[in-house]
Amino acid sequence: MTAILLTNARLIDPGAMTEGAGEVLIVDGKIAARGSVEADIVIDCGGKCLAPGIVDIGVKVSEPGERHKESFRTAGAAAAAGGVTTMVTRPDTDPAIDNPETLEFVTRRANEDSPVRVMPMAALTRDRAGREMAEIGFLLDAGAVAFTDADHVVESTRVMSRCLTYATSLGALVIGHPQDPGLSRGAAATSGKFASLKGLPSVSPQAERMGLDRDLALIEMTGARYHADQITTARALRRLERAKEMGLDVTAGISIHHLTLNEFDVGDYRTFFKVKPPLRSEDDRRACVEAIASGLIDIISSMHTPQDEESKRLPFEEAASGAVALETVLPAALRLYHSGELTLPQIFRALSRNPADRLGLPTGRLDTGAPADLVLFDPDAPFVLDRFSLRSKSKNTPFDGARMQGRVLGTWVGGAQVFDRASEVG
Amino acid sequence: MALRAAHLLGIEALAPDEITYLLDLSDSYVDLNRQAVKHADVLAGLTQVNMFFEASTRTQASFELAGKRLGADVMNMAMQASSIKKGETLIDTAMTLNAMHPDLLVVRHPHSGAVNLLAEKVNCAVLNAGDGRHEHPTQALLDALTIRRAKGRLHRLTVAICGDIAHSRVARSNILLLGKMENRVRLIGPPTLIPSGAADWGVEVYQDMAEGLAGADVVMMLRLQKERMDGAFIPSEREYYHRFGLDRAKLSHAKEDAIVMHPGPMNRGVEIDGTLADDINRSVIQEQVEMGVAVRMAAMDALARGRKERAQ
Repeated sequence: MTAILLTNARLIDPGAMTEGAGEVLIVDGKIAARGSVEADIVIDCGGKCLAPGIVDIGVKVSEPGERHKESFRTAGAAAAAGGVTTMVTRPDTDPAIDNPETLEFVTRRANEDSPVRVMPMAALTRDRAGREMAEIGFLLDAGAVAFTDADHVVESTRVMSRCLTYATSLGALVIGHPQDPGLSRGAAATSGKFASLKGLPSVSPQAERMGLDRDLALIEMTGARYHADQITTARALRRLERAKEMGLDVTAGISIHHLTLNEFDVGDYRTFFKVKPPLRSEDDRRACVEAIASGLIDIISSMHTPQDEESKRLPFEEAASGAVALETVLPAALRLYHSGELTLPQIFRALSRNPADRLGLPTGRLDTGAPADLVLFDPDAPFVLDRFSLRSKSKNTPFDGARMQGRVLGTWVGGAQVFDRASEVG
Repeated sequence: MALRAAHLLGIEALAPDEITYLLDLSDSYVDLNRQAVKHADVLAGLTQVNMFFEASTRTQASFELAGKRLGADVMNMAMQASSIKKGETLIDTAMTLNAMHPDLLVVRHPHSGAVNLLAEKVNCAVLNAGDGRHEHPTQALLDALTIRRAKGRLHRLTVAICGDIAHSRVARSNILLLGKMENRVRLIGPPTLIPSGAADWGVEVYQDMAEGLAGADVVMMLRLQKERMDGAFIPSEREYYHRFGLDRAKLSHAKEDAIVMHPGPMNRGVEIDGTLADDINRSVIQEQVEMGVAVRMAAMDALARGRKERAQ
């Protein structure tokens, strides 16, 4: 039994919503009451920030099927370096994770290669095709923490309502992608002056509200536990607010890119900025940042989506969507701290506490007895991001060449240190 | 003078003085093209490659003729038929071409931004001959030249652009060019074919031909793609013609000396009345084709000069 004391830290506690000087004692991989035992190892945090590790809902690890884009080893290394202590993985692999056998493969691969925790999600419908229900019961038994067709919308309202009803009977969490499928088909940008001038096929921001409206009506009908993967527009936020007021079991997330970038960042057809849903207007972005501050949007995710060079070096319409973000989610979120829009406890409430709570995990907090999943970071350290320095196999980040402020210094999972910047070469 | 940029990818990057320079240079080529011997050897020894990823007879012929009249070695590549089917990417194609050392690359592509992407990867001057619904700069320049010659000026004119604005790269380039030269631009069409955010472009948007054409100096008609009925953009060709097709009754709302333009190819009886299109007192559609060759000669000449200056 080793006791580790992390001392001289600035503790960011998203449970109490406080930050201040303090220390954390780790015994048996768990956070222990201060002074309960003598520490074997004392680590001086040098006054830097210590927060609960990030619980990232919606990471794509390209295994099985596209291991050349990302594997559990590379994603795990990227997560550790980014302060992500739990990757909640997406089922939009090839084949989709829609049966217990595939899920077992994923769990085995994750255990072999990932230094951070992996909690797999499974598909809601078979092959994410929106026609037949996946084996939700078996998948739940095999360890699936939530059910989602990722960026596919279950177009048939009938199928969606049955999936929600069935999932509800098992207490399973369903994660939807609110989007009107007809309006958003083929879109590469958000409609407006910019998309029209650039001649890009676009989707109205209303399509998100319409998708959310449908799902909310079905939740009212079925009583399902529901999380919207990404709410990125002001219009949809009003619907979300009303649903929460009505007492529906609804939460919502947003990707770090929608919080820190807007439609104009696409500029001259830069495909690393092509994400799904497309980047929004500055007004929508600001509304979403405010919603993080107020807690209306519960969760910030990386929406880590590795794409190889070939799938991005294409004309914008043909290029694949998605961006890697495991290593950049924290420095990007810290932009909102440095701009005075969010406090550190607000950021970690959305990155760590809320996602853990939503999935019923004991992590994401600094409470005594919680697993010692921690991230130590210097919020002020400046750097210029070089995409080729990323640990992900795929280098498709929109932040290439960007000036960022905030670096992870160390990451602990269950009390074991999985990343230490001081021991990194370079 | 030469162009400031190494490529001609769109009107967006051109300054008003560059537009005037290109039009002045085009005027001199109009004169040359009307002579018996139509040769100027400013591109002698240079290689021009026309890469068309989207079928086009007229534009490709215009570029080919322009290059040949300037003495370039011209090669046409019909890309929709060749390597695309073998799975080659746009950038692979560009690299292959690059190794052949062309000096001018004329590209048309069905996707917006594809020509910009190509221009980043090759060493020669790239000329956009139309990318998706983004830009078609030489069409806007030839329209501008036609207007300037017919009206004696290219400023303080009221220009109505009518029809399928949403899918038209011609409309976008024209809106940009006419705006830069300080003209008043109106867009007229059914709301399904007006792009979202168009009202923020510094143009006036109308859904009624009589209102939109009132007092116009120039009436530009756009081609209606026959496929548009499939996407439920309009109910039928006959209803479209009734409401938005240009005939003498609708044209009577414009100025008495208003000219009628069309980038071609025309759908007679869909967006324009056939006899009106042929009326030499109103229609300048044939002049547009003539100006097209001269403008393309000027654009390629200007790009080649710029290349030479940069090389020194």
